Amino acid sequence: MSEFKAFDFRTKFGSRYFPSPIFTASGCAGSGKELAQFFDLDELGAVVTKSIAVKPRSGRATPRMAETPSGMLNSIGLQGPGIDQFLANDIPWLQSKGARVIVSISGETVEEYATLARKLRGINALFGIEVNISCPNVENRGLVFACDPIASRAVIEAVRRNIGGDYPIIAKLSPDVTDIVSIAKEVVSAGADGLALINTILGMVIDIDAVRPKLAGITGGLSGPAIRPVAVRAIFQVHAALPNVPILGMGGVATGRDALEMIFAGASGISIGTATFGNPTAAIKVKEELLGLLQSKGFNSLQEAIGIAHG
Amino acid sequence: MNINPRAIQKSVEVLSNKKVGSYHHMVFSVGEMALHAKPGNFVAIAVGGESSAMVLRRAFAIYRASDRGNFGGTIELVVAAHGSGSRWLSERAIHDRVDMVGPLGTSFGIPTEPVSALLVGGGYGSAPLFGLAEVLKQRGCRVDIVLGASNANKIYAPLEGKRSVNTMTLTTEDGGAGVKGRVTDVLPQLIEKHKTEIIYSCGPMAMLEAVDEIAQRSQVIHQCAVEESMACGIGVCMTCVIPLKDEAGSIRMQRSCIEGPVVDGSKVIWGSNRKIPPGTWGSSS
Repeated sequence: MSEFKAFDFRTKFGSRYFPSPIFTASGCAGSGKELAQFFDLDELGAVVTKSIAVKPRSGRATPRMAETPSGMLNSIGLQGPGIDQFLANDIPWLQSKGARVIVSISGETVEEYATLARKLRGINALFGIEVNISCPNVENRGLVFACDPIASRAVIEAVRRNIGGDYPIIAKLSPDVTDIVSIAKEVVSAGADGLALINTILGMVIDIDAVRPKLAGITGGLSGPAIRPVAVRAIFQVHAALPNVPILGMGGVATGRDALEMIFAGASGISIGTATFGNPTAAIKVKEELLGLLQSKGFNSLQEAIGIAHG
Repeated sequence: MNINPRAIQKSVEVLSNKKVGSYHHMVFSVGEMALHAKPGNFVAIAVGGESSAMVLRRAFAIYRASDRGNFGGTIELVVAAHGSGSRWLSERAIHDRVDMVGPLGTSFGIPTEPVSALLVGGGYGSAPLFGLAEVLKQRGCRVDIVLGASNANKIYAPLEGKRSVNTMTLTTEDGGAGVKGRVTDVLPQLIEKHKTEIIYSCGPMAMLEAVDEIAQRSQVIHQCAVEESMACGIGVCMTCVIPLKDEAGSIRMQRSCIEGPVVDGSKVIWGSNRKIPPGTWGSSS
């Protein structure tokens, strides 16, 4: 038995260690309370919250959802209670459950991102901030920050200035750009410690009986296994250009095999999103399958496996 | 407290699958999941098998739940094979297994006093009403039921269901069975005749809206099980929202899987498909 070595499943973003690389994906885990009935939240590396805004948001009208082959479109429009109620209700509960929390934030202006970062200072359970600069379901779709390197830089700099302390900042990028590497380089030089790749891809379904777009919001974000190859490509390209920047990979991961593919492409952690809609315990299933796969392939740690597809 | 406090996830066995009219009546061996299931609750089922291209769960109202009997706990569903997911489910054979999460959502409120109740079902929306009728009967309520559909084949009215109601009225739009017309054509006279004190309804949103208008006009309490397409059934996806008035009268987009499916009809802002009602909490209008 002396040959047995405990597998090191830890991962790291910025200054923070996480005991497992499997996180929830923003907007796919509710407040945490919905999933806690099915597993203990501290089994996750971290809970990534829904993207929270300065003020309450009703979100978009229904229909908000259309299932597509191996995926779905959503146009929720960042429905949420606003940062003050979120801090008063959701955060203390997550903290009481021992969850490591990455708060996802979304603003309409650079100032709003700065305000959100300021309000998050000093929260015990806070293990990082995901800066969502790439939600496709906001009113001013033409102005998604993550499509513009200058705007992306301004947001990350504002968050960095206002958050204080050494909280890791993870910038969530959109795949709907011509050159994701140039955006990635810009946000990293502005102070991002990590990158979340990828947000949903803008898509559309037309109801052929009603002869109009299926979603009330006309367009929606495509997620699920249908977009996984796009995510793997984005992770691979960005890791090649920025090998020392940790990547939180996401986009259609439903099995340990899917997670391992992204880790080999260069991801340090994996977020589980749409798979949770089909299976409340998807994140735990992926975690166990990934651990088994890494061990059966002879790895001693997660770190050894990151990015090895680059040769 | 957790949300979904009574829900469990379980691989359950198909015990029976019979075609009844346009629908499939299916029985599942669910063990302890049946214990906490109440009329109005629903289950969410993964469809398509391991390599399925259908990534979202399908929600089904529970037709009946029993926590005893030869097979232990059972849950019964009435499945309308409308789309590829429900068709897949309706094709499951005896001994096949499916992944089920439940019981989920709110249930019909049961009066503490014996009252006169009128149950209104549209199409397979009648499914949860028979279990409700049994519970109401046990409480000494008078129970009348009206079921409507476009044609007779689409009315789900099993024989055993008739035993737990005082009267059953059928309406069909083509006149093939019962009264020609819609459920709302017969509601006012039934309310008056049976001195209805509470209406329970389940069916398409347009029907619920029409029933609610009559209920409000007649000053009868109305509980309805709403229908908005769901992706998860457990409250994480935020797709199944409907605008509901809260205690203070403020309108909020609420999840029909958590704050529903059974809601107080007078709290629903009807006709809100493809628009956010003005004044909704957190909206720009």
